[in-house]
Amino acid sequence: MEMDWIWGLVGGLLIGSGGAAYLLVNGRIMGASGIIGGLIDGSAGNTKWERLAFLVGVALLPVVLTPIYREVNTHITDNIAVLVAAGLLVGLGTRIANGCTSGHGVCGMSRLSLRGFAATAVYIVTGGVGVVLFRHLLGVI
Amino acid sequence: MARLIFAFVAGGLFGAGLFVSGMTDTTKVQGWLDVFGNWDPTLAFVMGGAMIPMALAWLVAQRRRSSVLGTPMPPKPSTEIDRKLVLGSVMFGMGWGLAGLCPGPSIAAISYGGAGLFIFLAAMLTGMAIAPFLRARLDKPVPAE
Repeated sequence: MEMDWIWGLVGGLLIGSGGAAYLLVNGRIMGASGIIGGLIDGSAGNTKWERLAFLVGVALLPVVLTPIYREVNTHITDNIAVLVAAGLLVGLGTRIANGCTSGHGVCGMSRLSLRGFAATAVYIVTGGVGVVLFRHLLGVI
Repeated sequence: MARLIFAFVAGGLFGAGLFVSGMTDTTKVQGWLDVFGNWDPTLAFVMGGAMIPMALAWLVAQRRRSSVLGTPMPPKPSTEIDRKLVLGSVMFGMGWGLAGLCPGPSIAAISYGGAGLFIFLAAMLTGMAIAPFLRARLDKPVPAE
């Protein structure tokens, strides 16, 4: 547990390197919700295969790393109502706000985008309120 | 073809980073958001670490008109903070807090997230499919009193 921040930093550098490569080599912003959402709502156009290739990479590398990693567990809830509500909110919200933790957070704030800072402040505060509300007050998560 | 290969490499770095940083573990994300519980600072190190190479990349990108593969660089970001940005981020934040998952980790954890992850993913993709209709409604001007 004490080493978690080092792994966080190492992982963060990897995430940022992926974003840097996607920007400088492909000319694209690495926003997960935008990459996925464009495939879902048909706005991807001729970037469809580029997006799919990106997502295959995202899903595949953890498979490769699993045998050499210390712990692999999402600890995801088994409450179906919570999963459905959360999934709908994440899908709708990120596409309405046009970005999530990677697009507005990592890519937006690092270019000093006002929208990136505003969105990140809103979703972190709301997420904190959500956890306090649903965990400590209502006890559903 | 080069675009696909480099997109795969970039996605691989992203997926590897999400994996080793622990960001596919919902307890770490909820632990960061839970300021009244057993607070977990890991997410701040992930975000900070990710912004270092990304900020350098933006500095390089500013001096270039096109990418290495010849595609245009993204345009300058909008500065408009509209109700879509705020309302969407409120919804996203709630969902993120509820499940401890955002879009990137939900893909990275696909091989080990089990049934729960697939339920979350199905709901998220449904939300993304509905979103354009809600966006269109939010684009309409607020009716005057």
